[in-house]
Amino acid sequence: MEFPLQTDSLTKTFNGQSPAVNDITLSVRPGEFLTLLGPSGSGKTTMLRLLAGFEIPTSGRIQIGERIVADEAHFVPPEQRKVGMVFQDYALFPHVDVAGNIGFGLRGSRRERDKRVKDMLALVGLMAFATRMPHELSGGQQQRVALARALAPGPDILLLDEPFSNLDTGLRAQVRTDVRNILLETETTALFVTHDQEEALTLSDEIAVIFDGRLVQVATPHVIYNRPINRQVAKFVGDANILPAEAHGMIAASKLGEVKLFHARQGQVDLMIRPEALAISYDERGKPATVLWREFHGHYQRLGLALEDGTRLIARTGVDRYFGRGNEVRVSMALPALAYDRVG
Amino acid sequence: MQISSLIPPGFRLNGRRQRRTARWHIGNRQLVQSLSLGVVALVMIPVVYLFAGAVGAGQEGVDYLLRARTLIIIGNSIALMLATTFFATLIALPFAWLTSRSDLPARKILLVLGLAAMVIPSYLTAVTYTEAFGPKGILQSLLEPLGVDRLPGIKGFAGATLTITFVTFPYIVLPVRAALLHSDRSLEEAGQSLGLSRWQVFRQITLPQLRPALSAGMLMTALYSLSDFGAVAVMHFNAFTRAIFIQTESFRMDKASVLGLVLIVMTLVLLFLQSRLRHGGRHYRIGTGASRELTTMALGRWKYPALFFCGAVIFVGVAIPLLVLFKWLFGHTLTNPIQVSLSELISNTVGVSAVSAAVASLAAFPLALLAIRSASRFDRWLVNLAYAGNVLPGIVIALALVFYATQHMLSLYQTLPLLIMGYAIRYLPFSIGATESAFAQINPRFEEAARSLGLTSRAALLRITVPLARGGILAGLALVFLNVMKELPTTLILRPIGFRTFATRIWSAYDEAFLSSIALPGLVLIAVSALALAVILRREKAAQ
Repeated sequence: MEFPLQTDSLTKTFNGQSPAVNDITLSVRPGEFLTLLGPSGSGKTTMLRLLAGFEIPTSGRIQIGERIVADEAHFVPPEQRKVGMVFQDYALFPHVDVAGNIGFGLRGSRRERDKRVKDMLALVGLMAFATRMPHELSGGQQQRVALARALAPGPDILLLDEPFSNLDTGLRAQVRTDVRNILLETETTALFVTHDQEEALTLSDEIAVIFDGRLVQVATPHVIYNRPINRQVAKFVGDANILPAEAHGMIAASKLGEVKLFHARQGQVDLMIRPEALAISYDERGKPATVLWREFHGHYQRLGLALEDGTRLIARTGVDRYFGRGNEVRVSMALPALAYDRVG
Repeated sequence: MQISSLIPPGFRLNGRRQRRTARWHIGNRQLVQSLSLGVVALVMIPVVYLFAGAVGAGQEGVDYLLRARTLIIIGNSIALMLATTFFATLIALPFAWLTSRSDLPARKILLVLGLAAMVIPSYLTAVTYTEAFGPKGILQSLLEPLGVDRLPGIKGFAGATLTITFVTFPYIVLPVRAALLHSDRSLEEAGQSLGLSRWQVFRQITLPQLRPALSAGMLMTALYSLSDFGAVAVMHFNAFTRAIFIQTESFRMDKASVLGLVLIVMTLVLLFLQSRLRHGGRHYRIGTGASRELTTMALGRWKYPALFFCGAVIFVGVAIPLLVLFKWLFGHTLTNPIQVSLSELISNTVGVSAVSAAVASLAAFPLALLAIRSASRFDRWLVNLAYAGNVLPGIVIALALVFYATQHMLSLYQTLPLLIMGYAIRYLPFSIGATESAFAQINPRFEEAARSLGLTSRAALLRITVPLARGGILAGLALVFLNVMKELPTTLILRPIGFRTFATRIWSAYDEAFLSSIALPGLVLIAVSALALAVILRREKAAQ
């Protein structure tokens, strides 16, 4: 299969510091929406800038389509890469109107360019705004103009750098859906950077998790959430209860009693239990616990629990039953748990 | 009111440069670098020759330097610098505080009127002071009821100090006011809540926050008093610049260059001391942070003394020069028999100022790009060298150019190109500063976005950066224009024979005591300067 984007042992070191991007090998499939997820400072934005051609790699190779755009011998400048980019702050040219921004990268006859700008305006639903200046637009509209501008020249791949972080929470979900639909419609292969795990989980076909410049795990959102490769990833993509246990094949003994495992293990392990894997009830099943705090989220509730020996757990359940602060409840496992080697 | 454009670059209060993010192609970089190198060479060659000349004077130069008269000149300059800095601070601190943090009536207007002192060239202020504080001047007429029918007149040290104090105090007011407006109000409130009195709050909290701004302003005043020629020449005070001028006029170039060298060394020592002071002491951040509405302090019964103080400052700094000029305009004193049409003066002055401003802006362009884009040590040095005009008094640059031209380029001597070169070198820092800060305000992502849309780095520069920086570049142009128009010593030394500008016309009229001939050019010069300044300030406001 031909990959629209591939990197091979890509490394970038800024003078004297430890590598910002460290030996990353990654492939993006055609039409895929891949997310680089990592905390701030993990090197994901540097990765994006390397792909766009704004930084020169220290070593490694970048291939876009069939073309090598960066390795020891070649460096293709950004303007020849056919890579579109949507910036975190949109970077709309303030001295040019919306149509001018969208048409900025277009070549060809006046007629062709106008046609393309019109199509792009229709695509992002901003037909009526062609002659507005960027500062006259709302954040969501600016976002769509930035997207239209990046898509207008028909790039082979689109890069998006934290594109939703400047939007209000209320607007964000809507814009996210819009962007997703536009990218599906235009069958664009896209690489997207975020530190927001919820955004990554909801939008992506695949997620590449980066810590300290290193690629830690590449998988579908489902796998990243349910079978994270280590504790660090587990905690980064959601609430995770970590419990020591003694594994015997598919079963482990822990403070929650006998727990089923995903994989057969032996000896000392740490269990990773997502909050929704815990079943909470008032009946006799499971271990006794006290409710320390409760957060109500409408369609679910989040509970802080303490087992009898003081071990703290976070649980998530439906709202069909009320669990209040101070209530005595029972905790048991509703799903198999993931086991990691014990550290230290 | 914004200060950034009025403070010569290099004295920026928190001068950390923006992160340089946008990258460029090696080819373009080399082009920019070689253009910058060319500009810096043009700036430095005359100065290097001056150094060589001074060193070449050898034992003779050392003897001259150590002669009692020379040592007196050095002492004079230092005394003048200390006195003006002291008095300017004494005036500027309360003036800045009263016009920004008190409930003084009409404080905005008072502020603008006070700052207007900086559009009046020092030689013009000095000339009018000799009249106003002369034996039968304005001061005497005010004192007449007290039985004073004649004053000794003002010349020498007192006259030079008075003039430069009132010309430079705005240079302290501007940064101090900015610091006062941006100072962290919550710190003062914390002090009050801890039980400090108002005076203790000012001394222990407000004043320390002002320190960087105050020292920057004092440095500018000190540098100004070292490099000013107009005031000391008019007041016949034997400071460096006057001595250099006299030696240059009589073609004793070796002596002039020895003096010039010492002046440069003194300037560098001053800058060095100031940087030590700043690094040694605690450095308070100013000029950033949200501008929360600052509360003003009620003056109570101090209101009228405060008004009187501000009024007196404005009267001496601005009203007296204008009053005297108007008096001469309508009075019946002697006029210069050599009639020069006003239109000739205007076209000469405006023409040469405009060309110099354009030359400085063009020369500044590659250096500003280098300053903002390059992190290499060599490039940083290039930019720092181009800022040399900050350290070189106009008269030293003029002297260096005369020195160079008479020895190596005689055909250039006393031509307009050499004059324009002198102006451009002197005020290049203003252009670089304005252009650099205009570039720095542009989001580096803009050019990157253009690149990812298929534009080459050169096309991105032309279609994104230049149009966006245009306003800032124009402001720099106006600032150079304003300063060249007022510049006296460079013009006197480098002008072609018979080439007259406002500055030279005022100078020669004073020299030959045709006081009426000063009035019209003086007033027109002030009006045009005020206009240029208003344009700059308005642009700054709009840019915010």
